[in-house]
Amino acid sequence: MNALFELLLRSVFLDNLALSFFLGMCTFLAVSKRVDTAYGVGLAMLVVQAVTIPLNNLIYTWLLAPGALAWAGLGEVDLSFLRLIAFIGVIAAMVQVLEMTLEFHVPKLYRALGIFLPLITVNCAILGGSLFMVERSYSFTESVVFGFGSGLGWALAIVMFAAIRERLKYADIPQGLQGLGMNFIVAGIMSLGFMAFAGMG
Amino acid sequence: MQDSNWRILTRPLIDENPLTLQILGICSALAITTSLDTALLMSVVVICVLACGSAAVSLIRRQLPRSVRIIVQITIIATLVIVVDQILQAFAYELSKRLSVFVGLIITNCIVLGRAEGYAMHNGVVASALDGIGNGLGYALILIIVGAMREFFGKGSLLNVQILLPVSQGGGFEPLHLMLLPPSAFFIIGGIIWYIRRKRPQQVEEAEFTLRPRRQEAE
Repeated sequence: MNALFELLLRSVFLDNLALSFFLGMCTFLAVSKRVDTAYGVGLAMLVVQAVTIPLNNLIYTWLLAPGALAWAGLGEVDLSFLRLIAFIGVIAAMVQVLEMTLEFHVPKLYRALGIFLPLITVNCAILGGSLFMVERSYSFTESVVFGFGSGLGWALAIVMFAAIRERLKYADIPQGLQGLGMNFIVAGIMSLGFMAFAGMG
Repeated sequence: MQDSNWRILTRPLIDENPLTLQILGICSALAITTSLDTALLMSVVVICVLACGSAAVSLIRRQLPRSVRIIVQITIIATLVIVVDQILQAFAYELSKRLSVFVGLIITNCIVLGRAEGYAMHNGVVASALDGIGNGLGYALILIIVGAMREFFGKGSLLNVQILLPVSQGGGFEPLHLMLLPPSAFFIIGGIIWYIRRKRPQQVEEAEFTLRPRRQEAE
């Protein structure tokens, strides 16, 4: 249990997908103008991440990993080169399913997420999360924790970033550094801050 | 269409650089630039995938129904990336291990999909391929600058050749450890954007409102 909790903390803070692996940066920089939209994207990200990583974990362990097809009598088949295309397919399908389910059962949340849900398909943080899961060979339980934690960490980062940007509008920034340039610097400083969590592990 | 091929090729270098102006493909640019050799390898890979991907999408653009275009584009890109990944693992295993998941992440690198969707869907094969190469070069340019700076100041070397001798080995150079850590990439790219926009003020995005100038300071 302790190890799982540590993994959760690690994936939220120290190994934060946005600020220490730079995943999902495009979305991170592009849709963080206002706190409420950032909150929407963060939420969408959390849900998709928490669902797709465990699902991809199951697909990888039972279908794609070297020797995974042993249960079907095909022990020597290694399909791991198909993982990129399988993962991206799962993500696209999951986003689609999630969109339909939410629209039907929780229309309020669906409207809150709006356009951000489909956009998440091409967010590299999701695919990156799944690939990290393979690379670090997480078990199923670990992948559930990792999926939830990394989604939460990303959401946390984008909401904080958007809050800083809202305040930055009132700052007197040198010509040329306004906008994108300043966003990079702010993200850099935030990333420095998140590195301070290194002592927690 | 009316642009000359040369223009298509060179425009994305600075005027419409994918990283500093279009905000595309930033993730990988930040993550794999701790040393120059990974940055170079990544650039080559991205240029290949971009050129082939754009050309392939452009080739089937008339047959492609609008509703399924994203899925088809992603499949084309994913196929190319898998091929590249397998080639790298076969011939440059050490380097491909250091790039880790980022080769796979070229699929979701927004440059590739962005150019396929934004340019190749409306233009001929040659122009699309050139646009792909041009954008790849623009991406490579930033990657190489950042990679070179981080490796030089972080380790005192370029392409693993030691140029400045660090203090630990009796030299006079104190490695700047911050350069090897993630935040430095943000700062360097922020600085590059600042420099480019100083030179080309038309790239600065419109502020939502302007601050009232302070007294005396109004230029």
